[in-house]
Amino acid sequence: MKICSSRKAAVIIVALTLAGCSTTGGKTGADGAPVKEMGEGGLTAASAATMGGDWRGNPLDNPDSPLSTRTIFFDFDESQIREDFRDVVIAHGQYLAANPTVNVTVEGHADERGSREYNIALGERRANTVRNLMLAQGAASNQIKTISYGEERPLAIGSDEHSLSQNRRAELLY
Amino acid sequence: MKIFLAFVVTLIWHLQAAAALTIEITEGATGALPIAVVPFGWEGTGNGPGQDIAAIVSSDLSRSGRFKPLPVSDMLAQPHSDAQVEYRDWKVLGMENLVVGRIQPNGSDGYLIRFQLFDVFRGSLLTGYSIPATEGDLRAVAHRIADIVYETLTGSKGAFSTRIAYVASITGADGKKKDTLQVADADGYDPQTIVISSYPLMSPAWSPDGLRLAYVSFDRAKPAIYVQEVFTGKRQQVAAYNGINGAPAWSPDGRQLALTLSKDGNPEIYVLNLHSKGLRRLTDHYAIDTEPSWSPDGRNIVFTSDRGGQPQIYQVSSSGGQAQRMTFEGSYNARASYSPDGTSLVMVTRQGSDYRIGLLELGPRRSQLLSTGKLDESPSFAPNGDMIIYATKSRGKHELAAVSLDGRVRQRLTLPGGGDVREPAWSPYTRYNRSN
Repeated sequence: MKICSSRKAAVIIVALTLAGCSTTGGKTGADGAPVKEMGEGGLTAASAATMGGDWRGNPLDNPDSPLSTRTIFFDFDESQIREDFRDVVIAHGQYLAANPTVNVTVEGHADERGSREYNIALGERRANTVRNLMLAQGAASNQIKTISYGEERPLAIGSDEHSLSQNRRAELLY
Repeated sequence: MKIFLAFVVTLIWHLQAAAALTIEITEGATGALPIAVVPFGWEGTGNGPGQDIAAIVSSDLSRSGRFKPLPVSDMLAQPHSDAQVEYRDWKVLGMENLVVGRIQPNGSDGYLIRFQLFDVFRGSLLTGYSIPATEGDLRAVAHRIADIVYETLTGSKGAFSTRIAYVASITGADGKKKDTLQVADADGYDPQTIVISSYPLMSPAWSPDGLRLAYVSFDRAKPAIYVQEVFTGKRQQVAAYNGINGAPAWSPDGRQLALTLSKDGNPEIYVLNLHSKGLRRLTDHYAIDTEPSWSPDGRNIVFTSDRGGQPQIYQVSSSGGQAQRMTFEGSYNARASYSPDGTSLVMVTRQGSDYRIGLLELGPRRSQLLSTGKLDESPSFAPNGDMIIYATKSRGKHELAAVSLDGRVRQRLTLPGGGDVREPAWSPYTRYNRSN
């Protein structure tokens, strides 16, 4: 149940991000953006991954593509990419490999539990596992920058498990 | 280079006044010593000094939890010197100790403050001092008097003349959230904003002389370590490598900074010589190594590592070599630092689903929990080792708390309006004299 709600939120965040900025812009509006409920019509990461669609613009702008998911969530004190996000990261890696002029920044984040500098290190490790899986798809190392904000830039304010799970994440910023 | 210089210049801040922390004693020691601090007499003309010295001394002593000052309204007499003291006036009120003093004009705008400390039951004078002051010095002089009283009566050096640094979130004039690095007196008074940033500020660490702070700033979306002079605002970037630049920790001689860098692939502990700028790598492991802290003798560095699968505390010689695991209890121990006497380590430790402040005694190993919160972090020892200040989260707000080493005295430090405050760092003893 938790996983499902995370997925839905990921898509919602991406939707807000896409609405808020162009694909070439630096910052997304994801940080601190209010998360609105989309209702049953919202796409899940899994359904997006299986839908090809007939999109003619920039593939990053295709809401039916796994590329539209730009936030990858993690389990507590874990930096392994969860099964439900593997396809998303692989799709981004393949996209970068096919578009060598495109660059991305992977921001690693942690929830508020534990010490702050350890969380910086944990956030970096999450960003690096995302980066490494993208490199394995043929992306070049100079296309992917990483930075960790640890617990300093939470997406959700709150200490309940749902908020914490929203904050353990890597964000892809094109 | 030009860009770098411009950047330095824009960040030379004039000290800015900020909202003060309120310190509230939430748990006091039973058996606190009864003491009377009589309002000091003014022997000049006019209104006299703008600070109530005795009230500041009283408040310092009370805050330590070790003393219980008598309310002024309960005093039967208000003597200002030994000649006026009648011990029976204080015995009858159950006072064990008495502080009296007087203030005289000294030069055109100065003062001479004399005070005496008595043992009421023995009927004897314990100590007396005469201290010159200017108007701007008065609070500092009051804290010195409190230090002298505390040390004379407890045998432990007072830490009332020290300061605390902390990170506070404020809402800027543009309505956006900003991080500020602030420095205030140990009683929360006179807070000054020394850095303000739209990006996160982290990990303030005092130089051993108390004149500089090292900290992490994410300015321009890239972490870097800075060393900044607290009084002039002059700052220098000392580390801005690729990846993490974090967790600065001063060597006891103030010449080196231990820090965490991930420039070589993953977080490792390095030692930076601040004079030669030479960088020496101390750890070499594929796991996370971070949060270094020096032993008081400078020989060892403790750090957090998850090389065993979970974060635990390890120690390595500051000249390098094999790391040794220090913590074996619990599934999460992080951000350790030594007590000033080197006999114990304070750290963040996980208890069930809670993160608390734990103390590990290093002689015969003994660990104890010092805090009771769910999200306690960033513990920092007072330089006398009597108290630990740390960050906590209470009712959804980040605030500070302090606890005595025996766990009997507890304080809560909050910003007005419930503003977020975190990452406290207690200053060392300082040799400088503040003057305006």
